[in-house]
Amino acid sequence: MIEQRYRTDILVVGAGPAGVAAAFRAAESGARVLVVDDNPQCGGQIWRADSKKALDKDATKWLDRIRDSSVKFLGGLKVFDRPEPGVMRAEGFDQVVACRFEKLILATGARERFLPFPGWTLPNVTGSGGLQALVKAGLPIEGKRIVVAGSGPLLLAVAGYLKERGAKIQIIAEQTRRFDLVKLGLRLLKCPKKLQQAFDLKMKLQGIPYLTNCWPVSASGRNAVESVTLQQGPKEWAVSCDYLACGFHLLPNTELAELLGCRIEKGSVWVDEFQETSVQGLYCVGESCGVGGLELALVEGEVAGWAATNLKEKARERFSERRKWRGFAAGLNRAFELRRELKKLPTPETFICRCEDVPFSRLQSEHSWRSAKLQTRCGMGPCQGRVCGPATEFLFGWKTESVRPPVFPVRLGSFVPSSAGDAPAES
Amino acid sequence: MPEFVTIWINGSAVRVPAGTPVSIAVLMAGHSEFRRSVSGEPRGPLCGMGICMECRVQIDNQAHCRSCQILCQEGMTVRTHD
Ligand SMILES: Cc1cc2nc3c(=O)[nH]c(=O)nc-3n(C[C@H](O)[C@H](O)[C@H](O)COP(=O)(O)OP(=O)(O)OC[C@H]3O[C@@H](n4cnc5c(N)ncnc54)[C@H](O)[C@@H]3O)c2cc1C
Ligand code: FES
Repeated sequence: MIEQRYRTDILVVGAGPAGVAAAFRAAESGARVLVVDDNPQCGGQIWRADSKKALDKDATKWLDRIRDSSVKFLGGLKVFDRPEPGVMRAEGFDQVVACRFEKLILATGARERFLPFPGWTLPNVTGSGGLQALVKAGLPIEGKRIVVAGSGPLLLAVAGYLKERGAKIQIIAEQTRRFDLVKLGLRLLKCPKKLQQAFDLKMKLQGIPYLTNCWPVSASGRNAVESVTLQQGPKEWAVSCDYLACGFHLLPNTELAELLGCRIEKGSVWVDEFQETSVQGLYCVGESCGVGGLELALVEGEVAGWAATNLKEKARERFSERRKWRGFAAGLNRAFELRRELKKLPTPETFICRCEDVPFSRLQSEHSWRSAKLQTRCGMGPCQGRVCGPATEFLFGWKTESVRPPVFPVRLGSFVPSSAGDAPAES
Repeated sequence: MPEFVTIWINGSAVRVPAGTPVSIAVLMAGHSEFRRSVSGEPRGPLCGMGICMECRVQIDNQAHCRSCQILCQEGMTVRTHD
């Protein structure tokens, strides 16, 4: 396959809010900026293109800004390797791209955490944000019965969205304790914008039971999920459904940063006050350096965009706002910490690694991620441990080990491509 | 851009709005099973965002394509496990 080459001053990986804000601010000084995303369209998770509904004002403002700027966007390309310093390589369905850059901004966002329980591998058991993404892309959901479960504010956003699209939300099951939510609620009082959002959501979700201290213990069905059993305290009961949308809060996507040698702290990419990582000239913004929501992603993106183009004074002007949203994020993440009881959900037969179908019983005798990989092939499949890695970290306390290229599975030809001429990024 | 495109899923024509990911076309055509796992279980999309690899299908004779990240193109041929 022919390799298409680009050259740019600033390369941004990820076109969610953080990447969009970073790219826009970096381009203000006249730098050539190229943004690459695995998704075909700009917007990341929260501003994912919606086939039925127009995006909100904030999203439209930022996406218009990018469209009308000199920033070049390439969609449908996953960045998987750094063949040499200053070059990143990406693969699409029918192309390979290499991009030479002066500075790199990683804005790779977060993914949902999935926890194994009997039946979690059935078709139509999806992530909560996962089901939302499918519906935004055009999946008809009208009249479908849906159980939303897991943890985090995303459950409420997803339930609200699906209800608006005509789904019948049976129940929202949140694993955390009511007490922790009340504490979070008190924090909201200091954040008028968030309080308003929470109030609007509550109105939208009127009539739908929101149970705390509650989680799915199993899902069942013949070819796809038909019913889910929920537990709350001593009570267990079954709810029939067409979809179980289940995700346990979010996890930063750090694989690319790890590949590039960036320091990782508590599961997030470490950054300094200008969002620069431990590797010089390499910045990280948005949820890959800590789950914190839209506002934090935007402000971090702006800081990095300015800092990477030597407009540090402008970047500084955003520090106090960033501090506010980081404080809010810390409270949020504490409120949705996982409870130990969830470790008891898998039975011996439950597959923990979905790519290689490795059951819980085979992992119980292993003592580390490395031994599990070698002995059972856990984490050796095409998702490269993105799903089972965090699950085994929670279940067994294992730390996943160093990342090697490619960070996504690619065709052999993409890894060792033939070359074509340098094509400068249009700016 | 045309408003609709037609793709072929397991030999049947499916018409979807242009810009629809292959995963959605497969679900709209009534398949919840995208692939069989190594031990033979039916599997379908989990993450919806390109990381879990559960939505893999064959597209234009290329195996293991993540259908949630690839948009339907006129005339594309898709094979799920069937
Ligand atoms: C599934 C999901 C649904 C969500 N829905 C909501 C919601 O409804 N409401 C809400 O308030 N918050 C939602 N969130 C939280 C939301 O993601 C954040 O608030 C915010 O969007 C974070 O912005 P970001 O730019 O950091 O990351 P993201 O928006 O996640 O953007 C990261 C981008 O990087 C790309 N990327 C990652 N790795 C690579 C790579 N190697 N190569 C190329 N591209 C790559 C991804 O495709 C993605 O587009 C959701 C999160 C997830 C995971
Ligand atoms: S649904 Fe997870 S990769 Fe497509």
